[in-house]
Amino acid sequence: MDLRVPRIRPKALKVWRRNVLVWRKLITPSLLINFGEPFLYLLGLGFGLGMFIGNMAGLPYLTFLASGIVASSAMNTASFEGMYSVYTRMVPQRTYASMLATPLDVDDIIAGEMLWCATKSTISAAAILLVASLLGAVLSFAAVLAVPIAFTIGLCFAGPAIVMSAFSKSYDFFNYYFTLVVTPMFILCGVFYPIDSLPATLQSFVQVLPLTHAVALVRPLVADQPLTNAGLHLGVLLCYAAISYYLAVILVRRRLIV
Amino acid sequence: MTDTKAATAIIEAIGVTKRFGAQEVVRRISFTVPRGQCFGLLGPNGAGKTTTIKMILGQSPLTAGVLTVFGKPLPDHASAVRARTGVVPQEDDLDPDFTIAENLRVYASYFGLEGRDLGTRITELLEFVSLTDRADARVDQLSGGMKRRLTIARALINDPDLIVLDEPTTGLDPQVRHMIWARLRDLKQSGKTLLLTTHYMEEAERLCDDLLIIDHGAIIAQGSPKALIREHVEPEVVELRGADGRIESLLGERADCRIESVGDTVYCYTHDSRPLTERLQGTPELSFLHRPANLEDVFLNITGRDLRE
Repeated sequence: MDLRVPRIRPKALKVWRRNVLVWRKLITPSLLINFGEPFLYLLGLGFGLGMFIGNMAGLPYLTFLASGIVASSAMNTASFEGMYSVYTRMVPQRTYASMLATPLDVDDIIAGEMLWCATKSTISAAAILLVASLLGAVLSFAAVLAVPIAFTIGLCFAGPAIVMSAFSKSYDFFNYYFTLVVTPMFILCGVFYPIDSLPATLQSFVQVLPLTHAVALVRPLVADQPLTNAGLHLGVLLCYAAISYYLAVILVRRRLIV
Repeated sequence: MTDTKAATAIIEAIGVTKRFGAQEVVRRISFTVPRGQCFGLLGPNGAGKTTTIKMILGQSPLTAGVLTVFGKPLPDHASAVRARTGVVPQEDDLDPDFTIAENLRVYASYFGLEGRDLGTRITELLEFVSLTDRADARVDQLSGGMKRRLTIARALINDPDLIVLDEPTTGLDPQVRHMIWARLRDLKQSGKTLLLTTHYMEEAERLCDDLLIIDHGAIIAQGSPKALIREHVEPEVVELRGADGRIESLLGERADCRIESVGDTVYCYTHDSRPLTERLQGTPELSFLHRPANLEDVFLNITGRDLRE
């Protein structure tokens, strides 16, 4: 197996740009989903459920939920793109095979894909913030900082998703990852309620999951609260991103460079 | 002498070997492709042609041996080698999300090519493969032949010194095939080096200056098409149909013929076909074909007639 440490080169941006060009062609349905889904969540859960809950952890429930959804949606978007779309380009569509006939390497392709997944996470987070602010859920201008943070969240979840793609033999395989990894994080990592309401053992487990740290970064910015341990939270996200990038490169090399 | 040879060699393979587990798919092959040549890589399915090409493109690491392209060893210099190489892969991998012209533009960007000159280049290339009026069509609207032509145009976007074509005309109709052959000859004339794999012996005979026949991963013959025919088969062939049981009497005693039978057809390889053809004039009920030996005869002679898959 080729374990060499990947080189990150500006060529990766060519891969990123290819995806931007494709996305631009489908911009209307894409944005419709980006705006429509959070709108449903915030309207349905935020107002509907919020009516009964009132405040949660000292915040209006709509604000609490919106800040959680910004983070979880960045996770979902990057995971989805890193699995279904990356797999499509890697296997049936043979896009990577065509790229590997040019000066691009697997290192460049995976770096470009992760940047693209993170870009999509950013777009989706920005759309939710916009909807949330129209609904009056955003309490501080500092929320703008959640946009670059969504990019980091995207990087953190793109890598593991591409690792799944590198293993996968079909699209069905991704159901495991969503059921066993993405959905548990969505439920457990503080999107809908504060994690300190969980049993102590579960809390320490939840602390190592990246979505917990993503929510911990986004919520104070949206809710006008002091941001604590920002370095730790960012560090966790970037660690996940770096390690998963390395693993994804090795595994995609193993799959394509045989 | 060796120095000049090395200077003009585009590809140089010395003892190149590739193993997948216990299976050796390429066995210690050595060859040199000089600049400006069209070099053929022939062999039955599973002979190791595509694996050899993948190693040349740095898409597959060598198990043993030395392989240099443009004097640079692979796979370490894959990126630099591919920057000067054009590739027409066996399976289509055009980008279905883009139009014809966009396919060329995006692919060019992978080489770092952008700007106004690129537009001119794309126009020229579409003209070269007769796809000018399809520039804005989507890939899924193209026929197999058009996709192939687009793939060839795409392979030329970086003005490569070496063009690698893996079965470029498989599955195409005769019109497209002849058109592609003409274009490949144009490219050779303009000084490009071509490396071609094919199943079609006619194609190899028409295009290749020099070729390798490989089987089970090893080289079993090398030379120009003419030299290979001279070395490996008799110059003339008479194909006979429906001559069951009568072949001995037809050939007579003096016949200098090597016989091969496949189904209802008998192939007579000979240095002098006159005695046989004269006798055949007297048996109008037998259909026969008298022709010069070709590369396909060589291929079948040395790789055998057994089915491979």
